Amino acid sequence: MLKLNIGGITEAGLSKKNKTGNWSYFIPVVDVSRCNGCGICEQFCPESCVEIKEKLCIVNEYYCKGCQICCFECPQEAITMKEKGGAVT
Amino acid sequence: MVVETEKLFAPGHNACPGCGVPIGINAILDVAGRNTIVCSPTGCLETFTSPYGASNWEIPWIHSLFENAPAVASGIKAALEYEEREDINVIVIGGDGATFDIGFGSLSGMLDREENILYICYDNEAYMNTGIQRSSATPFGATTTTTPAGGSSFGERFRKKDMIEIARAHQIEYVASATIAYPRDLKNKVKKGLAAKGPAYIHLIIPCNLGWGIEPEKTVHFSRLLVETALFPLVEYENGTLIGVRKLKKLLPVEEYLKSQGRFAHLYKDDNKNVIKEIQQIADENVRKYGLLDSDNE
Amino acid sequence: MNSAVKDTSILQGSVAIAETVLAASPGVIAVYPITPQTHIVEHLSKLIAQRNLNNKYLTVDSEFSAASVVLGAAATGVRSYTASASQGLLLMTEVIFNMAGTRLPGVFTAVNRSLSPPINIQVDHQDTMTLRDSGIIQLYVENIQEAIDTHIQIFKIAEHQQVLLPAMVCMDGWILSHAYEPVTLWKEEAVQEFLPEFDPVYRLDPQKPLTYGALTDDDKIMEFKFMVHEALVGSKEIVKSVALEFKEKFGNYHGDLVEENMIEDADIILVAMGSIAGTIKAALPELRKSGKKVGLLKIRAYRPFPDQEIRQALSKARVAIVLDRSLSCSVGGPLAGDIKYCLHNQDGTRVVNYIISLGGREVYPETIYKIVDETEKKLADDAIDDKPVFWDLNKDLL
Repeated sequence: MLKLNIGGITEAGLSKKNKTGNWSYFIPVVDVSRCNGCGICEQFCPESCVEIKEKLCIVNEYYCKGCQICCFECPQEAITMKEKGGAVT
Repeated sequence: MVVETEKLFAPGHNACPGCGVPIGINAILDVAGRNTIVCSPTGCLETFTSPYGASNWEIPWIHSLFENAPAVASGIKAALEYEEREDINVIVIGGDGATFDIGFGSLSGMLDREENILYICYDNEAYMNTGIQRSSATPFGATTTTTPAGGSSFGERFRKKDMIEIARAHQIEYVASATIAYPRDLKNKVKKGLAAKGPAYIHLIIPCNLGWGIEPEKTVHFSRLLVETALFPLVEYENGTLIGVRKLKKLLPVEEYLKSQGRFAHLYKDDNKNVIKEIQQIADENVRKYGLLDSDNE
Repeated sequence: MNSAVKDTSILQGSVAIAETVLAASPGVIAVYPITPQTHIVEHLSKLIAQRNLNNKYLTVDSEFSAASVVLGAAATGVRSYTASASQGLLLMTEVIFNMAGTRLPGVFTAVNRSLSPPINIQVDHQDTMTLRDSGIIQLYVENIQEAIDTHIQIFKIAEHQQVLLPAMVCMDGWILSHAYEPVTLWKEEAVQEFLPEFDPVYRLDPQKPLTYGALTDDDKIMEFKFMVHEALVGSKEIVKSVALEFKEKFGNYHGDLVEENMIEDADIILVAMGSIAGTIKAALPELRKSGKKVGLLKIRAYRPFPDQEIRQALSKARVAIVLDRSLSCSVGGPLAGDIKYCLHNQDGTRVVNYIISLGGREVYPETIYKIVDETEKKLADDAIDDKPVFWDLNKDLL
């Protein structure tokens, strides 16, 4: 267990260990043929778990809460949600 | 997998899925950079970012109380100036409850003292952290747990406090409104706010999918509708003069915005149709006041 | 020790405090006026302007903001100061709890004044008493010289790396803030030498980012509060050592946690805080001449509470007369309550509680004589009970 610092003061950025991906039953799937790397998904992801690498959208499932903002905002409609280990919605 | 990230607002925080606030904070910190200290009052942002031992702030951040974030920021700024470290940005990022209500006096004092602090109000139009209670930012006609619709009530009876006018009345260098659907606009405004020599105020409206009764994926969509229906004009004032307005090519009726929100669903009962009319009047007034539909040649 | 003297002159208390605080040179001073502390901050403002100093002086919108400015500055690692009284201290209460818990040392001058209603500006200790649970250090002073000397000591105590708590010098309004007394002011260099640079364990700094004010669950809160309690208990040693260091450098000593006067053989010991202690000291010779074995235990540090020192000092007395200049409704005086708590298992010493001089009603040596007489009579009649005695209550008004 984390020992208490005086004043309840803690180090920066320790949240990165939280696997918020566990919150979601769904993960985004990117259709690479449609994605043009515009970056709108990256801009609007609340979890900072979308990155554009080499003009393609990559989603980090460790943090994705499944909010689907990226799906909704993608101008190319390149992102859909897939049930973890199952069907596409 | 756990990332090594450059993001100053790290992932792994406890915001509701689809919360618009992190979208705004990411844009703000992208501009502000590492040489920044942020002060927040109690609220959603404070609660979801700072569980003990799991803070997601990668820059120095302080939460003190609900009503004193502007005063704490003043203390920080004064201390930095005393130590001749004025280059460090000091930003207050607080919710509408803290800004419009309980911290109103403290904010007024800070703006009055002309301190070089940027105040950003993230406005989700109610005390969302405590479960959707009404604040003076709650728009006319919205249902909240303390202004519930039903019986003799149609929801919030009072008009939203005009914080842009109030900030402007303090005669500060820079006042602007922004929203998450227009990140480039928001970033430009944050840049200008930080560049101001004295206090600057940015009003950042952010839909709350839980509190507003909308689907999480439509958070950004509703933020766009706020602007496109003229309910939330994007404006900029420099030293009291209007220097920028985001004009609308096409004005949408307010019903486009109201009809799919859970918190306005009760307006579609017969007794409440006049409330929709009043809300449309608010939008029309904004169109007139800011010339939202005027062509640029005028 | 003489070389530390700047000058000796007749000064108003507020002016002397302002000069002293400026010698300690807080980087950030927050100001909101309230009688009877206003002269302090006015004089500070004049001095800063006249001497063209770079201390930051912020005139804020309320005492809440004043305390918050002190909090923010302390969090950034800069020495900070403010002054208040009465209603202003109540308004600062939330911030002071926050500072104590977050371990942020800021120095406060509390110029004691009664609380409304009815609105009045006279002295009693109710205002600082309401803060006693917060974790703040409270040192009560008897006269202006002690106020001067304690203000210097308190910066060193509060900013000590093992303490890091907000700290307050409590001085009676009007009696100490507005009266004139011959006092010695100390040289700035001597004060600066005495006070080490403020170097907190943590600070807000982009070079080393930290998060202040985190949210916690019930699995940690008890421990967290315990840490603050321990820090305050531990500060007793620092209060004592700083008092001795001050004596060595400047020559003055006003006691550390308590000050004992004619205690050794006393049957009856009066216990008091603040300027009333001075009145009692003036009454003691006459009482002693009349054959009464009376002594005074002056409580200097109310927080941290000096339970060991009190137990020891009162151990041989038959009765302790505790004079409270404040009231905990339906119970009695808070000081008496705390003393009864710490004497709990100690047989022999009875505690008599007088609620005295609320709202500044004058206390004379004659008052003390009468109180001692009354107590002796009760002792003889075995009529001492647990009820607080409201001294000099005018039944015609009730």
